[in-house]
Amino acid sequence: MSHHIVEVKDLKFHYPDQTPALRGVSFQIRHGESVAIVGANGAGKSTLLLHLNGYLTPTDGQVRIGDYQLTPETVREVRRTVGMVFQDPDDQLFMSTVFDDVAFGPLNLGFTPEDVTARVEKALATVGVSHLKNRPPHRLSTGQKRRVAIASVLSMSPDILVMDEPSAGLDPRARTQLIELLKSFEHTKIIATHDLDMVVDLCERTIVMHDGLVSADGPTMEIFSDDKLLAASCLEKPLRMQGCPICRCKG
Amino acid sequence: MSTKIDRAFYDIGHLDILAEADTPLHRLDPRAKLLTTAVFVVCVVSFGKYEIAGLLPFFLYPAVVIGLAELPLSFLLRKLLLVSPFVIFIGIFNPWLDREVMVQLGPVGISGGWVSFASLLLRFSLTVGAALLLIATTGFGTICMALEQLGAPRVFTVQLLLLYRYLFVLIAESIRMMRAQSLRSFNAKGRISYRVFLQMLGNLLLRTIDRAQRIHMAMLSRAFTGEIRIVRQFSFGYKEACFLAGFGGLFLCLRLTDLTALLGSLVLGITG
Repeated sequence: MSHHIVEVKDLKFHYPDQTPALRGVSFQIRHGESVAIVGANGAGKSTLLLHLNGYLTPTDGQVRIGDYQLTPETVREVRRTVGMVFQDPDDQLFMSTVFDDVAFGPLNLGFTPEDVTARVEKALATVGVSHLKNRPPHRLSTGQKRRVAIASVLSMSPDILVMDEPSAGLDPRARTQLIELLKSFEHTKIIATHDLDMVVDLCERTIVMHDGLVSADGPTMEIFSDDKLLAASCLEKPLRMQGCPICRCKG
Repeated sequence: MSTKIDRAFYDIGHLDILAEADTPLHRLDPRAKLLTTAVFVVCVVSFGKYEIAGLLPFFLYPAVVIGLAELPLSFLLRKLLLVSPFVIFIGIFNPWLDREVMVQLGPVGISGGWVSFASLLLRFSLTVGAALLLIATTGFGTICMALEQLGAPRVFTVQLLLLYRYLFVLIAESIRMMRAQSLRSFNAKGRISYRVFLQMLGNLLLRTIDRAQRIHMAMLSRAFTGEIRIVRQFSFGYKEACFLAGFGGLFLCLRLTDLTALLGSLVLGITG
């Protein structure tokens, strides 16, 4: 087994109308790493994420997850390894109660009903929403929905968590609580986001995407200190690294 | 206009809140309630066209359920009124089509049309009322699962489940769209032109397709293979059996014997 848990090699992808979305992306991610993928709108972040669980098939290039080269034969194993949390929890929570939703993945993977129940209870307890077990998802707040969405992949015990904009639409406190929750996970994390302050809190490494290519890949603080790179990628420094607007001192 | 839609939307959600209550009736196995409701509906519907007296004793069941489950009567009546125009339109021509006098009340002759119209309204209130009560004491999702346990095809129950789940998302989406439209259209009447309406409808369809694709994606990434599985244990004990046998038996009895006439003749017999 290679020590790289995610390996993307020269990944290219065109949409059916020939719009190029990825134009040769390569990177490697090790066990337990927490990596942010940042970039302007339309830079290719979401398209990249959809390759990591085999929803999209590369036009060219390779994706390797753990021991598996991503092919139609291994896609089931890959999806078990990669837990994907979507941006809009309403897309992810499609069953009529929280319990059924969190049980959906484990049931598909063929666990026994007792096993499934135990997994669901554990996942719900981990994200702190055990009391919502029997509620219909459409009556939860966005913060609660997000937690349930995370529980719905945790219940499959994935090695890698892939998240698309996990902090979007949350109030400041719910956002802080979510960051604390994600910090407590030991999974390999890949987070696509515009919330650069969250990146500072969660990810030691950042991959910057621009126009379907990786324009930088390195330690988060180094990348966020590079004004020229950020400007070229249509990004701005995280707020806490900018000067204080009231006392005018440099941060 | 949009506030009316908003209200109707929150009202649907309110049935879910009612279903979360914890009364002896709520705790009953959903299959018992489903089957009892089915027997009830069949009995009510199978009465003759001009039947009125025979239907009245059936109001006992909704009354008992509302009492036991502590449901708000006014809310349920509002729901019933909301659907009533459909039935009124179906039956409104009966009095014109069927003018033969059936009942003579002193100088006033009541035609068969009016009698059958009244009977239709009674049957509507009973059956739709029973369905509303079933949802308010059980919850829609649980009913679907009970249906499946009773042998309904899985495709059907899963469709129902997803339909109910995304009804709220769809309505919320339409409300947002209507709001955006009304905030930027400055005609005093607030009416939507036909052309704009068609475009909005098309847009809603496209959004729905996008959403469906994202949901499918979410399902696939959780090892979905084409079959939706659910763990749920129901227990059909003696309480359920008593409920079903008791009410089912009562309904059949009411259907097969003319209780009103029996009571009437009894009273007349005593006084006479």
